Parts: sequence; structure tokens; C-alpha cells
Amino acid sequence: MMRVLREPLGAFGIALVLLMVGGAVFADLLTSYDPSRISPRDRFQAPSLDHLLGTDHLGRDLFSRVLHGGRIALSVALFATATSLAIGVVLGLVAGYGPRWLDAVMLLLFDSIKSFPTVMLALALVTLFGPSLTAVVIVVVLVNVPGYARIIRTQTLALKGSEFVTAAQSMGAGTVRILRHHIMPNVISPLLILASMDIPVVIAIEAGMSFLGLGVRPPTPSWGSILNDGFTAIRDTPWIAVAGGLPIILTTLGFTFLGETMRDLFDPRLKRRV
Amino acid sequence: MSGILEVRDVEVTFEVGPLMRRRSILGVAGVSFDLHAGETFAIVGESGSGKTTLARAINGLQGISAGSIRFGEERIDTLGGRAMKPLRRRMSMMFQDPVGSLSPRMKVGNLIAEPFRIHEIVDKNPSVEVPRLLSLVGLTPEFADRYPHQLSGGQARRVGVARAIALNPALIIADEPTAGLDVSVQGEVLNLLNDLRERLGLAMIIITHNLHVVHHVADRMAVMYLGRFVEVGDTDEVFRAPRHPYTAALLSANPEPDPDKARDRIALPAEVPSLLARPAGCEFHSRCPWVAARCKSEAPEFVQGRTRRVACHTPLEPGARPPELEVTQ
Repeated sequence: MMRVLREPLGAFGIALVLLMVGGAVFADLLTSYDPSRISPRDRFQAPSLDHLLGTDHLGRDLFSRVLHGGRIALSVALFATATSLAIGVVLGLVAGYGPRWLDAVMLLLFDSIKSFPTVMLALALVTLFGPSLTAVVIVVVLVNVPGYARIIRTQTLALKGSEFVTAAQSMGAGTVRILRHHIMPNVISPLLILASMDIPVVIAIEAGMSFLGLGVRPPTPSWGSILNDGFTAIRDTPWIAVAGGLPIILTTLGFTFLGETMRDLFDPRLKRRV
Repeated sequence: MSGILEVRDVEVTFEVGPLMRRRSILGVAGVSFDLHAGETFAIVGESGSGKTTLARAINGLQGISAGSIRFGEERIDTLGGRAMKPLRRRMSMMFQDPVGSLSPRMKVGNLIAEPFRIHEIVDKNPSVEVPRLLSLVGLTPEFADRYPHQLSGGQARRVGVARAIALNPALIIADEPTAGLDVSVQGEVLNLLNDLRERLGLAMIIITHNLHVVHHVADRMAVMYLGRFVEVGDTDEVFRAPRHPYTAALLSANPEPDPDKARDRIALPAEVPSLLARPAGCEFHSRCPWVAARCKSEAPEFVQGRTRRVACHTPLEPGARPPELEVTQ
């Protein structure tokens, strides 16, 4: 962690991430407004000391909405990434270590899922299940899992025939034990770094889906829906769009800087790959 | 002396080549031998002669296509992974690469405790067993906190030995136990193996191409060529008077520490034949200095002497010199 701080880009990234996380966690302390309370009298107010980022077309305080939207964005990002990681690692291990036909079937599956454009996938799912946070999480998991599983699979394949795995087999270790104790610890670290770099992508997906009305339902605040609210009134009241867009940009930048610094520090070999 | 391992006519087949032109080759082509409790048996041969494949077959890591393997009372070549598991407590294997056969993210303590965890042995406490095993192989208890990459080759090999003896096996199969080690460390490891064998009453199979290792530790030895044993016998006897031409050539190629004791090397012409195109008749005839007409057409029987088995039509007499000496000094 100290090494990340010593890199200027990494320190900047950490600062941005902490700012956003802090804002989301302490949202209730930082603002006295209810993010969903409509007050028609205060519609379209420009930023002021009363309303730091102004108000939207329903008179809701944008600063409060941005902070609470951050909760949604960050928790979706963390939860969806963690879920994708767990599923991706298990599938990758099974594909890499299992019989060849299973590997072939799973690769075909990964590639077919991957070939769907994200937005189409999102639309299809929302048509099926209706717009919700769950839909967002499912989309993110579907988008991330194939890539994660492929990385794990390739590395598992490389380790499968290594002598320490054969040694474990010769001692009578079962498949689960070999995968958990001998293969997983050796294949997971590059994936953790990649996943941390994917967090901004996930945030963008959530914002994008909410912008299109496929994500969280109103009145729950989300950066994407704030952006959409602002978008309709961008000529007269540009601050709404700024309030929605700025946190997306800052968070994305913060996580990207952090992830890239971590990647360069921990695994220089990955530098060229992404 | 009772036999603990009985290997009979074992063959291992590999499928090679693209799907349409798939061919099978015999990596191990009919090997038989017995191993008695407490005995050390060495298998020597060039790279690719099938030594390691044979070892893996005995350990059940490699399926066999013909023959049988009996360990103790049980026939093990037909057992599946689950049925084989209890037997693995009594048979352990050491692999070629001392560091590479240790899981890189596990500490030495966990590596040594792993056999106990795999076989769910509860009456032995790893926190007692690990230091005991470490001291048995000449390492201090502090090594338990190290990772494999923090060990030297010799130390890693010792950890491998500790793992192999952890469950008090009856048989250890050591694949190139001295590979990649300095000569002085090789000596230490061999002495350690010898010492443990005497103390624990282990039987050992040592796979190697290093003849000094064989001479140092083995009671009996087998020479392997193209997946077959060509000569089996007591180590001292084989070294004193090799009867198969290939054995004689191998022994003559063994470097002697004494420069004055220069011996004539029997130089073998040509390369080792491909397993895809085994020579007819005696498979060694293409390189044998003593080759006769009969050797090219007729495969020799494995002749069983009192203590020696040789697969040759005209086994060598002690001190035989190759005809038409093609000798390199």
C-alpha cells in the first residue's frame, strides 16, 4: 500500500477513491436533504451554499442524490465484481483442470456469451426480468465471467502438468484439494488486479443502464439517472448533467489509476496486456 | 524377505500424432521385476528409455495397457483413484525437480503436514510431526516457515524426502533424487536416503541416469533400453562384469574419478532408435559392437540366470572387448 502511495498516479487514485467511498459511506452526515424528497418550489435551482450542486426538475437536492447514488454505484460494483470473480475462478479451474471435452464445451459457452454486445445483453435481460439492480448485477457478471474464467483456465492448464501438482496427486490428494490449495493460490493474483481495474467499467455499466432506464428504478438515486435527468434539460440547467457526470468520471479515473499502479507494481508482466 | 512389489510384463502405450494418423508407441514394453522389503532397486537408462514412465505407472499416475502390478497383497494397476488412496499412504514418490515439486505458495510446514491432512490422520499432530520430520532429514524447525523459493536445491530435496517419509511408507520411488544438485549435495542426499532406509526399513526404487548414484545406494539394478530391461542383477556384479553390451557401454562411459585408471570407452554408433520405428530382432542390434546375423532377425529371450537376467543372444564374458575396436580414448 505504501508503494502505491509513493507513485503520484497511485496516490491521486487512492485520494479519489477514498473521496468517493467516504462520500457514499457518510452520505447522511454530509447532507441534511433526503435524496428522494420532492419539493416543487425548489426546482432547477443553480448551485448555491444551500444546495451545493443545485436541484433537479423535481426540486431534489443533487448533492445528496450524488452521494446516495455513489452508494448504489460502489456497492453494485463491489458486489458484482466479487460475484464475477467467484464464479469466474470456479469455472476457470473446472475448465482448465477437468476433462478436455468439458473444457471445449465451456470455452464455446464463454465465447458465445462474450460475443453479445453489452447493451443488447442488458436490453434482453431487462425485457425478461424488468429493470432492477439485480438485472445490472446479472449483466455485469455475464460480461465479466467469461474473461475471468479464461484467464484462470489458461493458467490452470499451464500448472496442471507441473511437478508439484503431480506430487500432490501421487500423495492421494483429491481434485478439490489440488484446485484449492495448489492451483488457485498460484493463478489468482493477476486476476485480482484485473478485477480491480474492471471496477470502473462496472460503474460505467451501472450508470449506463440506469441512464437508459434499465437499471435502478426512480426515485432511487443513481448517477446514471441523474445524468439522464440533466440530459433532458441540459440547455437551461447544465449543472444537473455535471452533477451526474462528474462523480462517474472521478470514480472511474480514481479506480483506473489505482488499478494500473497496482498492476505495474505487483505484476510487471501484465503491463502490455490490457 | 517378502516381496512388496511385483511388476509383471507391464506395458505403457502412448497415442501420438494427429487424429487421422494416430499411432501408438510403447513407452514401456514389457517390464517385470520384484522388489523385496528393505531393498533398493535402481533403474538406469538414457533419457527417453521409459524410466520415469515406469515409475509413474507403478505409482498409479499413468495407466498401463498390459501386465500387472502388485503392491503388497493387492493388485494396484486396476484400482481407481479412490481405491488407490489408502495404498498411497504406504507408497510415496519423489519427483525430479526438487523445488518444482513443492507447491510455491505453501510454506514448508504445510507442505510436510499435507500428507497427514490428505489422509485425515488425526492421531498425529502436525505441530509435533513437522519438526520431527524436519530434524530427521537434517533441517532445523525454523524451516517450517519458509517458502520453497527461499530454499536451496539441497534443502528443497530434503523437504521432499521429509514429505515422502511422513506417513512411514513401505516403498519410496525416487525419480532422479540427485538431479540438479551440486555433487557435494548429491552425496548428502544419498547418504540421507541410505540412512533413512536403514532406520525405517524402506524399500526404494531409484530412477537415475547417474551410475555413481546406483553404485552408492542400490542393492540391485536394472538397465533399461527403449522401454525394456536388458539386464537385471546385483549392483556389484553388474558393475564388475556387465553381460549385456549396452550395460558394458554405459559403464564404460561412466567418468572415473581416477585419471590414471583410464578405461577404454565402448563408443556406440548411431542414435537411440525412435520408439516409432523399433529395430527388428534385438532392438539393440543397430548400435551393438558385437552384433551378429542372428541379432537382426531374432529377438533374444530374457535369460534368467541365478542372480542375473540378460536379454542377449551372446552375453559377454567378463572383460570382453568389443570386436574391431572402435574405441575413443
